[in-house]
Amino acid sequence: MTKTPSFVRTQMLDPKDPPLGEKGIVKWIRENLFSGWLNSILTLLSLYVIYWVLAHTMPWALGGIWNADSLSECREIRDASGIGYDVACWAVISDRWHQLLFGFYPSELYWRPILALILFGVAIAPILFDTAPRKLLIVTAIMPFAAYWLLWGGTIWGPLVTALGFVIGWAVLTYGAATLGALGATIGAIVVPLVYWLFFAGSLSGALGSILPIGIESVASDRFGGFMLAIVIGVAGIVMSLPLGIFLALGRQSDLFIINKCSVIFIEVIRGVPLIVWLFTASLLLNYFLPPGTNFDLMLRVIIMVTLFSSAYIAEVVRGGLAALPRGQYEGADSLGLDYWQSMQLIILPQALKISIPGIVSTFIGLFKDTTLVVFIGLLDPIGLSNAIRADSAWNGIYWELFIFIGLCFFIFCFSMSRYSMWLERKLNTGHR
Amino acid sequence: MSSATNPPVESFRLSQLIYDTRYRSITIQVVAFILILAGLFFLGTNIVRNLSELGKDFNFAFLSSRAGYDINQRLIEYSNDSTHGRAALVGILNTLLVAFLGCILATILGVIAGVLRLSKNWIVGRLMTVYVEGFRNIPLLLWIILIFAVMTESTPQPRDFRGDNPEASMILFDSVAVTNRGIYTPAVQFTNIIGGAEASSLTNWLVIIALVVGSIVAIRRINASATAKQEATGIRPTTWYINLGVFFVPLIAALLLMGAHLNYPELRGFNFADGIHMRNSLIALWFALSLYTGAFIAEIVRAGIMAVSRGQTEAAFALGLRPNRTMNLVILPQAMRVIIPPLISQYLNLTKNSSLAIAVGYMDVRSTLGGITINQTGRELEGMLLLGLFYLVTSLVISGAMNIYNNSVKLKER
Repeated sequence: MTKTPSFVRTQMLDPKDPPLGEKGIVKWIRENLFSGWLNSILTLLSLYVIYWVLAHTMPWALGGIWNADSLSECREIRDASGIGYDVACWAVISDRWHQLLFGFYPSELYWRPILALILFGVAIAPILFDTAPRKLLIVTAIMPFAAYWLLWGGTIWGPLVTALGFVIGWAVLTYGAATLGALGATIGAIVVPLVYWLFFAGSLSGALGSILPIGIESVASDRFGGFMLAIVIGVAGIVMSLPLGIFLALGRQSDLFIINKCSVIFIEVIRGVPLIVWLFTASLLLNYFLPPGTNFDLMLRVIIMVTLFSSAYIAEVVRGGLAALPRGQYEGADSLGLDYWQSMQLIILPQALKISIPGIVSTFIGLFKDTTLVVFIGLLDPIGLSNAIRADSAWNGIYWELFIFIGLCFFIFCFSMSRYSMWLERKLNTGHR
Repeated sequence: MSSATNPPVESFRLSQLIYDTRYRSITIQVVAFILILAGLFFLGTNIVRNLSELGKDFNFAFLSSRAGYDINQRLIEYSNDSTHGRAALVGILNTLLVAFLGCILATILGVIAGVLRLSKNWIVGRLMTVYVEGFRNIPLLLWIILIFAVMTESTPQPRDFRGDNPEASMILFDSVAVTNRGIYTPAVQFTNIIGGAEASSLTNWLVIIALVVGSIVAIRRINASATAKQEATGIRPTTWYINLGVFFVPLIAALLLMGAHLNYPELRGFNFADGIHMRNSLIALWFALSLYTGAFIAEIVRAGIMAVSRGQTEAAFALGLRPNRTMNLVILPQAMRVIIPPLISQYLNLTKNSSLAIAVGYMDVRSTLGGITINQTGRELEGMLLLGLFYLVTSLVISGAMNIYNNSVKLKER
């Protein structure tokens, strides 16, 4: 064994720290903010822009006044406090938030839309997150009728009798197959409920209502407003336009000449004309297309128009997904002997819809933002209400506070939708691209 | 030994219409066709009945009757004595004007924001993310109203410009006045108008446009011949000064001959006169549309650049191409294939969104033909039909052009 000379170390030294400029925050700043003269200029410029914006908005926003009854009182409080700059008058929000959220819905009935929203949250959970218990799907099934009843009120029999139509259709489809054959059962499941809704549902609900008058106070559509209106129109449009859009997309990809051409014409005509023109059509022209004397709710017309409008966009997005699937998937489904609907349901649509999730969600975000356009045909969406609030002499001349509140609410809704879609995209990404 | 049997001669049974896939598609189509016809017939009879009950007919004669309303922003001559048809044309031109201006500004903003969002500079990337997410998640209508409010509330009145010590002053060397009634900029005018002093200056503009187009064509040919020479000899002749000359010499000569000069806006009475007056409604709509669409274009540009894989850049460098030519010859052509189709559909969206002009009172085609004309004549059906047709034709033309482009750059597959 050789003896180690005493001047040779036996232990390893700890590594030296990197130089100050090459570690931690300093390194990060050097690499990300000042990596060259152009980058440095950009950084300084951005910092100045941020400083300028914050310096002009923060004192105004943070020093805002929350307790006042009118804009003039706000100004008096500001002048009395002796601050030299303008401050926000958030009092308009604390005074009128209920109007911005619920419109002119009776204030003692606010629990109903809130309950409907909670119910909606429960109902949508099993669709959005696969970890939610499957039993919640029952809530999802009754949700449309329950929400309708909660929001509009009135007798409980209307929604119940309408829901019965779906039960009848389902029963025909399930139990009729033995006697009528699969095709007959399918046709029966479409025709029988239609006949029931058209000819029997009205009298049935009337009769039940006169025997057992169960109901809650009914609220007319023109009392709806604010974000409640936007959410009702948006959610109804989203829920109904997705299946319609998928059918349109299938129609556009179909080999059947007439079906194909009809889908193409419908999609192109709807997409070629701005929503605002369609909304004016709904409010001005719909009476021309209906039998004389029929008239129905403006809000219902808007929901129908918005649904048709966004279903055309959904159809294009889904068509993109269908076209992006390799031909082998279609051929594989055929070679397994699956018929058209089976192959669509089991092979094609699950993959095509997965590809089209980002597009579908951004269409939904667009639809939700577009609900603001109903202000032009006289419905009181948040922007319409901001005009109504400004028309009150107490708040005449207030702009920014209302716009910021409305914009922030929209931002929260839309941003969370887009984040959800990104999460879903990551979750469903099975890696083979 | 196998015996070949003739297949039994099948007689056609009615049930084959449903169960035989050869006939089923025909059955389905016939049923669908009948249902659609029935639907159209239902709508048609309803329209006829409703019209006759209201005592109206269906004709477009109202287009040639006197309009009787004024339009403050117009590109062609129009007075309230003009016809409804003329008013519709003014509206159409206004829509196309704001759409054209918006597409240009939105592209510029979108490309800058998209490229900056990819920048290595952390703070710039974050700022651009804030811009993109902010505009994408807040309704366009709110932005239009907001920008309009800024323009009218926080800009000075024309009278603030008056006096020896005015509260407000014109910017850019006293040439542009920003007021709450709009922005006044200098206008180009000609002393020598082609076709006599009475004629409009339209011919002058056409001549200038023709000159510019001609110079661009000439420059392209010069470059093409330079490339040909480079390929033949390996040496590229210097062309930039010839190109500059070809572009600017005829243009400047023409401008001098026509006596072009700037006509500055000037405060007269209660308002500014002369120059070009861009109303707040136009500016607010233009900026809001551009900023909003720009946010979407930024995402498209970003996605397009990211879609070109890093290996392409590295391969180009390995071939010895310089960064400049790598960008032009390798990255951009591939990125463009991804960028152009969604970009054009954004242009389409911008054009359709310009119908939100109603929020600020800009007189686009929806406000003239689809608004005041309908209200005055009571011709909802005809007016909305024409309005829808205009938008439909515009989008079909744009998307048709897009399809042609798509087919020309598409990757050729089996």
